[in-house]
Amino acid sequence: MKVELSHIQKRFGKVHANNDITLTVPAGTIQGILGENGAGKSTLMKILSGFYSADEGTILLDDKPVKITSPADAVAQGIGMLHQDPLDFPPMRVIDNFLIGRKNASFFPDRKRALAALHDLQQQFDFAIDPETYVDSLTVGERQQLEILRLLWLGARVLILDEPTTGISAIQKEKLFATLKKLVEQGMTVLFVSHKLEEVEGLCGRVAVMQRGRLVGETRPPYLTAELVQMMFGKVVQPDARVNAGTPEIALKISNLEIEDFRLQIRDVSVELHRGEVIGLAGMEGSGQRQFLRTLGGLTRPVGGEIRLEEKNLAGKPYKNFMNSGIAYMPAARLEEGLIPGLSLTEHFTLCEEQSGFFVDKSKAHALTSGRIQDYTIRGVPESRIEALSGGNQQRALLALLRTPLHLLLMEHPTRGLDIESTIWIWAKLKERCKQGTSIVFISSDLDEVIRYSDRILVFFGGRVSQPVNSAATNAEQLGQLIGGKGW
Amino acid sequence: MDEIILIGLAGVLASAAPVIFAALGETITERAGVINLSVNGTILLAAMAGFAVALTTPDPVVGLLLGFGAGALVGALVALIVAFSSITLKQSQVAVGFVLTLMCRDLAYFLGNPVMGASGPIVPHMEIPGLRDIPVLGTVFFDQDVIVYSSYILIVLVYLYIYKTRQGLMLQGIGERPAAAFVRGADVNRLRYLYTMLGGALVGLAGPMYSLSIKAGWKGTISGLDGIGWIALAITIFGGWNPLRVAAGAILFALLQWLGLVLQPSLPNIPSQVLQVAPFPLMILTLLLVNIGNAEWVERTLAGLPPEPRRILAKILRLMRTSPPASLGVPFENE
Amino acid sequence: MLKKNSPWLGLGFRLLAVVLALAFTTLILVLTGAQPFDAYTNIISGSLGSVEKISDTLVAWVPLLLATSGLLVTFTAGLWNIGVEGQITLGAIFTTFVLRSLGDSGLPPALIIALAIVAGALGGALWAAVVGWLKIYGGVSEIFGGLGLNFVATAFTLFLIFGPWKRPGVASMSGTAPFPPELWLPMVGNLRLSLWSLGLAVLGIIVIYLVLNGTYFGLRLKAVGKNGRAAFLMGIPTARYLMSSFLICGAFAGLTGAMQVTAVYHNLIPSISSGYGFLGVMVGMLVNFQAAWAAPVSFFFAALNIGSIQLPIVLHLDSTLSGVLQGALVLFVLIVDGVRRRLTEKS
Repeated sequence: MKVELSHIQKRFGKVHANNDITLTVPAGTIQGILGENGAGKSTLMKILSGFYSADEGTILLDDKPVKITSPADAVAQGIGMLHQDPLDFPPMRVIDNFLIGRKNASFFPDRKRALAALHDLQQQFDFAIDPETYVDSLTVGERQQLEILRLLWLGARVLILDEPTTGISAIQKEKLFATLKKLVEQGMTVLFVSHKLEEVEGLCGRVAVMQRGRLVGETRPPYLTAELVQMMFGKVVQPDARVNAGTPEIALKISNLEIEDFRLQIRDVSVELHRGEVIGLAGMEGSGQRQFLRTLGGLTRPVGGEIRLEEKNLAGKPYKNFMNSGIAYMPAARLEEGLIPGLSLTEHFTLCEEQSGFFVDKSKAHALTSGRIQDYTIRGVPESRIEALSGGNQQRALLALLRTPLHLLLMEHPTRGLDIESTIWIWAKLKERCKQGTSIVFISSDLDEVIRYSDRILVFFGGRVSQPVNSAATNAEQLGQLIGGKGW
Repeated sequence: MDEIILIGLAGVLASAAPVIFAALGETITERAGVINLSVNGTILLAAMAGFAVALTTPDPVVGLLLGFGAGALVGALVALIVAFSSITLKQSQVAVGFVLTLMCRDLAYFLGNPVMGASGPIVPHMEIPGLRDIPVLGTVFFDQDVIVYSSYILIVLVYLYIYKTRQGLMLQGIGERPAAAFVRGADVNRLRYLYTMLGGALVGLAGPMYSLSIKAGWKGTISGLDGIGWIALAITIFGGWNPLRVAAGAILFALLQWLGLVLQPSLPNIPSQVLQVAPFPLMILTLLLVNIGNAEWVERTLAGLPPEPRRILAKILRLMRTSPPASLGVPFENE
Repeated sequence: MLKKNSPWLGLGFRLLAVVLALAFTTLILVLTGAQPFDAYTNIISGSLGSVEKISDTLVAWVPLLLATSGLLVTFTAGLWNIGVEGQITLGAIFTTFVLRSLGDSGLPPALIIALAIVAGALGGALWAAVVGWLKIYGGVSEIFGGLGLNFVATAFTLFLIFGPWKRPGVASMSGTAPFPPELWLPMVGNLRLSLWSLGLAVLGIIVIYLVLNGTYFGLRLKAVGKNGRAAFLMGIPTARYLMSSFLICGAFAGLTGAMQVTAVYHNLIPSISSGYGFLGVMVGMLVNFQAAWAAPVSFFFAALNIGSIQLPIVLHLDSTLSGVLQGALVLFVLIVDGVRRRLTEKS
């Protein structure tokens, strides 16, 4: 089925997620969609698959304009989406998962027919899933296979795959690619959203690249990696003035760290962090940076290796030990993990300061809070509820709540959702801390930010960690390749 | 077998019937992802309402029918309040259910005051010809009234519905992973309303099953009905949200009650109420086993083990789980 | 248009809820063919109409206030401590145990009573600790854990009343043998009110208010209740705080049970908790878990209960009318609050 997206526009408040996207995908094509985090790929796919409706623009299937009102409606019209975490029912059996949701089915579902259909489809693609087992005992790859079969059975003629190769084995990946190739031979249209350059280059008949909400380019094979990377990340300008506060002194020694997560394994990472240094963790979301950072912060227990701070090995110790050793963790989800909605600024500061006596000295707390509000130019008053502050001011509050001095500051996406001014201001504050001896490790999807503010960069790809890259000596092209899985 | 024991067992089934209705009703509601804590109060209010309606209807048979209808209606209405407050208004299901259970109880006592002590119609005994004559089983199963027979049918219906029909599978889906159900075309919130009310209606039917049969009449605070709803909630959990196990749990509870009465002479000082609490420690035990794998200290300990024991233990923990519907109590928002 | 978070808007909606609750209750009264005005005036006179009546209201106020005070702590921690009824019961059991054990020991009665009261607090705290342990380390919802333990506590009470602690002669539902007057908390004149229990309840709510609103502990507890994840990241030992809240609430519930035994019933009866635990939950919900209003609202609820006692005699209405009004108040506050949030969200 031919898919055409015409002048699609979608805004979320101030964020222009999709800006005038026009893309035509002929039937029988595997269309690759590349772009870094926040480029707008998932929004576009969610519009096509019925989760969102576009503010403007049309979707045409086989040259006929259509209205897609819900995900189920999309499936009814032939568009099926395979999510990263397939939307199935883990505690139920494979055959039931396969059956549920089929329209025009009788009151008592015809299990025999469904089993036969499942069997036939499995034969076509050489899958081997036992219909009677429970879905939660299947691997991610098998769950994907089941979902693909289900969508096919429901008559999908367009298949959207969102980062499908995260967390599946190499064999399953081969099988998936073989399946996709077979499907397009039968006239299916496949949209393959991924950040893994090698896979996209090997599999896709066409590639479209999105950047900051726009479709910036389309190419055909043979692909030039450099060209793709350039389209994805654009030209990242090297800053004129770098503030490098790193010292030769070693603050943190990470040796042979091993982290296990239900999707990823991070093996044998060894890095030495210097005092005052800033290390940026680059890579697409879900490549392991978050697990790594959380382990450094003591929130996850590594399954092997050491984290040495001043001769003491902290790995495996409870979070309290990390905190007391001068390690602070700033999560990305401000209101869900970092701050406490319902509490005022003063209350937050009282909680994070040293306790003095049983009773809270309200006037002292008020004075302290007013002082911090000034220092960090937070737009609010001590009595303001934290949820009433804007995102930028919440981030400043989070920063203001940090103890001083700190050995290590770990931050998930410190400037996500903030404007340029706030970003520059926050980094100025952070570099001040570096000068006082704090080391920083941060995650960011903004390559510009990573290059600009880090001294060294670690790139993550599918659980693999690169050797530290000197940020002054690298560029978007090199990093982009590493992020996309090439050049390892 | 001793005739007296058989009659006793028949009595067990008779007293289990209303509990089966209430627990199966709550099972349906919880399968859809909603907790209806108002069960206790609903049963009381429905019992009173059903009795009052039956009492004031001139024709006894019509009265019985209307009485049961009233009970079901009361149950559905109370459930509607729970559904509305929690699904549409996004207030806590626990909060609303808790208030309603107390309020409905007090409403039942208050509104039922005028009809206290009156005699109303009673569901007649109705043995099934033919089946009644089967030795042993006949006396126990087929010498009952319509209420008990309908409890047999209900167990089968609910089981078939949840596991064998298209809508029943979707019901499971809504409770397990509403996002996945939504993708498959389910209007999650509308279905939750419907199932909550259906479950509530079944709970409501349990009320008149007492006031028009085994505990005929309305006796206010000494009607002995206060507490049955909590037991039904416990049985729903203990039965693992599986209709067959839930029904078995209800029968087990009734059996324990009966045993308590039977053993009374040998233990003169201990009232039968002591055995009646058995469902609750069992419920707590079930919940412990359900959740034991999730606790963070378990995860941390697991991470600290060498790989082989870690894998084996993780597998054992997964097997032990009798999971509640995964989205129980969690409101559904689609993006 | 009124600002979204204007306090006047909140107050207006609250008043609307009260009006709706009164309207609902009036409707119920009309349905039973009663005169609403008569019913309401009877409740008022029945609770505040004479010195004796006021004293009775105060007697009912004490356990409710104590229970509510404890529950405010668990509510602040984000918990639904439905098990409070069982905690009251265990407090009463422990108190009874001490009174029975030391009754003939020759110790001064004041000391015995004091020890018995402390034992009551301990009993309630221990029972709450079980719920806490099940919740924190077993992942068992405190709602169902508490519910189950309520029933176990009641069964335990029945076992004691009909077994080891039964009255000489025939065991009876009227409880254990009454304690001699020396082991009663001293009362004022001819009234049933004990100033000691009143003082304890008032002291209790003041302490709770100070702890929740003025101490680091209270603030950290509030943080745990509102966002456990963030509280943990800030270094607050959430498990310890949750357990502490169970222990504190359990202690207050135990004190409630102790008061029921030493100041009200003077023995152990099957339903010693008398529903004060659940009623305390309702009061807590109505005051939005803020200690400032706990005393007046719980007094109001106590007055409703006492005032309704004479309804059966005077107007042939059941005394559960108070329960209907109390429930309606909380229900309508919940509904109106939900509507308000929806309306302000949409704008």
